[in-house]
Amino acid sequence: MVNPENKPGQRTVFRLNATRLSLALFVALVSLTGSAQAETIHEERSKYRDITVTQVGDRRCLLFNVHRGDRNQTCVLVNDKQRLVFDYTRMSFSGLLLNAQPERILVIGLGGGSIPLTFSDLFPGAQIDIVEIDEAVVSVAEEFFFFEATDNMRVYVDDGRPFIKRAGIRDQTYDYIVLDAFSGDYIPEHMLTREFLDEVRAIMNEDSVLVANTFSTSRLYDHESVTYQRAFGEFFNFKLPSTGNRIIVAQLEPLPPRAELVNRAQQFSDSLSKYGIPILEYPSRLSTRVDWDMSRRQLTDQYSPGNLLREN
Amino acid sequence: MAFVSGFCIMTVEMLGARILSPYFGGSLSVWGSIITIFMLALAMGYLWGGKLSTRNPSAVTFALFFIAAAIFSIPIILFADVIMEPIFMALEDPRYGSLLAAIFLFFIPTSILGMISPYAVRLMVQNEAHSGHMAGLLYFISTLGSAAGTLGTSFYFVLWFEVNQILWGAIATLTLAGCVILASHYYLNGQPGKQARAANRV
Repeated sequence: MVNPENKPGQRTVFRLNATRLSLALFVALVSLTGSAQAETIHEERSKYRDITVTQVGDRRCLLFNVHRGDRNQTCVLVNDKQRLVFDYTRMSFSGLLLNAQPERILVIGLGGGSIPLTFSDLFPGAQIDIVEIDEAVVSVAEEFFFFEATDNMRVYVDDGRPFIKRAGIRDQTYDYIVLDAFSGDYIPEHMLTREFLDEVRAIMNEDSVLVANTFSTSRLYDHESVTYQRAFGEFFNFKLPSTGNRIIVAQLEPLPPRAELVNRAQQFSDSLSKYGIPILEYPSRLSTRVDWDMSRRQLTDQYSPGNLLREN
Repeated sequence: MAFVSGFCIMTVEMLGARILSPYFGGSLSVWGSIITIFMLALAMGYLWGGKLSTRNPSAVTFALFFIAAAIFSIPIILFADVIMEPIFMALEDPRYGSLLAAIFLFFIPTSILGMISPYAVRLMVQNEAHSGHMAGLLYFISTLGSAAGTLGTSFYFVLWFEVNQILWGAIATLTLAGCVILASHYYLNGQPGKQARAANRV
């Protein structure tokens, strides 16, 4: 969950800031007052972070480390629970264009639980394994975000990397892997490395797809792109102008032609519309163009200063 | 020299989490394991170093601490995977896995580094009256080294170098420190009273 979207109010502030400072300050004040109206319905300090649940109208959001200025991690509309509020959550389903019928799904990073819930709704027969490092996030998702593990879901409170390494040793594979472990404030550097991606490859088969929510800004973008490219070869780079997130869609096999993606998108467009996923728009956004500095160093277990690279 | 030992202790400790994370993850318990083992190793080192200082304290033994710590740090680079893999396979719980791995990887070199400070106090102290002053000065310098090692590693070294390169750097530094102590000891040999100052000077 990197760079969760700006709230509309905040984006207004930035635009005005460029024109007139005084006006911008005024708007900032208004927008501050506006966000103060968001009612905090739950606060909890976990081993890893401060968790806050807020609600404005029927929009309920999960925030980590509010006082450090973190924005929404995930939101849900309490009157329309199925609708996915954020672009990056919706984009996580773009992997369906490569694997339309996943039977074993792995989600690293639970958040509010909307990704596994949508999967279980779409594929009731699929086995869904969820790995979340913070047990408090699991209980908050259950209590406030309507997350309820079905019979086909298993939630593991564990670090993603040892979980995947162990699964690989046991020869387990997954058809669809969502990597959403980055919480904005701190990057788990051991899950950015080439060795980690090789461990992910070990739990993939020829039909599997990996969907990773990653970084679209800073030097880290280049390093991360180089690392994925070395591990997977060509991958789909998926960005939308409306969000700061970049989604990487990768598979072991060479990527399918665009016509095939368009076909799949048409096949899914009806079933995905109730979640608000504009799948028909996705094929044209899945790019294989290299827009990063290829001379950057690959991230490895020996060299992975992700948190420092993001600041530079 | 106390600065060097403090510096190297914290450099290795800061890298510890990176070394363990491929097997045991980056959870809080992994940091907990590392800090616990470093604290225990240092505690034992202080005890043994203090005890050894009562028997024929010499600059040669002092120098050997540095060289031994360097030698026992080499397995962190060469055998990390060999050590961590069976532990990872045998223990599902990353808390105990990381604790065990930290013992095997870091306990011996860290406890040897812990022996340096109390031993140095013995070498530097010439009379009872200023023993407290010397001990204070030593802890000041070694803890300053620890602070520098922590900052340097977490802010800069990991951005510039690979983990193993930093570890080799620490090993080279410790070896060099040992050699400098030996060299100055033999250079000053036969001039009573200067041995101790040699340890202090460099």
